[in-house]
Amino acid sequence: MNLTLKIWRQKNAKDKGKMVEYPISGIDGDMSFLEMLDVLNEELIEKGDEPVAFDHDCREGICGMCSLYINGEAHGPDRLVTTCQLHMRKFKDGETIYIEPFRANAFPVVKDLVVDRSSFDRIQHAGGYISVNTSGNTQDANSIPIEKEKADAAFNAAACIGCGACVATCKNSSAMLFVSAKVSQYALLPQGEVEAKDRVLNMVHQMDLEGFGNCTNTGACEVECPKGISLENIARMNREYIKASMSK
Amino acid sequence: MASKKGLIRSSIARKLAMALSALFLLFFLLQHLVINFTSVLSEDVFNSWSHFMGTNPIVQVALQPVLLFGILFHFIMGFILELQNNRARSVKYAMNKGGENSSWVSRNMLWSGLFILAFMGVHFADFWIPELVHKYVEVNPEDPTRYYHELQEIFHNPVKVGLYCLAFVFLALHLRHGFQSSLQSVGARNPKFTPGIKKLGLIYSIMVPVGFIFIALFHYLNSL
Repeated sequence: MNLTLKIWRQKNAKDKGKMVEYPISGIDGDMSFLEMLDVLNEELIEKGDEPVAFDHDCREGICGMCSLYINGEAHGPDRLVTTCQLHMRKFKDGETIYIEPFRANAFPVVKDLVVDRSSFDRIQHAGGYISVNTSGNTQDANSIPIEKEKADAAFNAAACIGCGACVATCKNSSAMLFVSAKVSQYALLPQGEVEAKDRVLNMVHQMDLEGFGNCTNTGACEVECPKGISLENIARMNREYIKASMSK
Repeated sequence: MASKKGLIRSSIARKLAMALSALFLLFFLLQHLVINFTSVLSEDVFNSWSHFMGTNPIVQVALQPVLLFGILFHFIMGFILELQNNRARSVKYAMNKGGENSSWVSRNMLWSGLFILAFMGVHFADFWIPELVHKYVEVNPEDPTRYYHELQEIFHNPVKVGLYCLAFVFLALHLRHGFQSSLQSVGARNPKFTPGIKKLGLIYSIMVPVGFIFIALFHYLNSL
């Protein structure tokens, strides 16, 4: 495959940045998108040019590092995959591909396609956990019976890898889907119920401090989420928040 | 720790306030349609309902200000949210395919809302402001039979009828997303109820504007 890549290049966080065009040839349809970028970087290094900086870690679709906005969609045109699982057969020979970093003020660009998503970490620190004594006397979680329906919903919410595709794709840069998944995975389980009120209040408070936009229920986040996190989680977070606000 | 001030100003509180004002306006629209529809069925029934709404002290002193507040709040909050949302992404995408993951109406509530706002200026100039002048400036004696003729006068003008019909198309687009969005915001979404809510939203967003269009066309055609 021969392709034209239009890639966002930005030297550092302070640089204005611009789209730069790179022709690339000999790309195999079975390559992953990140492998295609590896090929491009090898060519750039051979020429003595600066390689394109992009995030990646597991390349198995679970780390959520590959924060790329490809041809106008988070993680590209495929569904329920991260960029590392996107294959070049999804593109046509001769196609022009736009590659940009996830855009949101809460995700500042560090370099080229690498963004800083530590705002998500700070939201997690605000309440995305349960306080358990781990000194050796911890009760086995499986000793508490949980309805299958709730366990499944909690598991589905816990599938969120915090990649930020929801924020990147939302026209408002809202982080509601991410935060709601973290709130839901604990709120649905008895272990998480104890701190449920503080958790939702503090996580939403931190989300607002980070400068994410407001959710207007377009549903784009659910469509582009590589793990299929449902909008039901946002509705659940809204209920949890209203309940907590009235009783705290 | 989230402060109480934070609770009032939080993004979810804003979303909830927007949804509650929307639900209130959805209810108001329905009762407006029902009363207007009586004009198609009977001049007397329409006049008696209009007379009741125009003279009842609870409606005039309590409900009318609440309605005005609801309308103003919904529009102002909508603009504030739009400004905040725009500020959350300073650098826009060179290529963005919003149509791949969301409906046009859901992404353009501001534009459909702006058109409805402009239409409401016309609507108020046609009905509400003359009504206030009639009752409180000129202090005319109440004539319970005047309402039907006032309605007919407005819908005699084809340009105005066309404008009303166009506004109701924009209203339909706004409601198409707004109905289910407001319920989602108050937390009403789960696998059991969501399909029903979506169907009800579709019916409401089509039937209510179509009902208003029918009334406008009915009176225009009757005037020919």
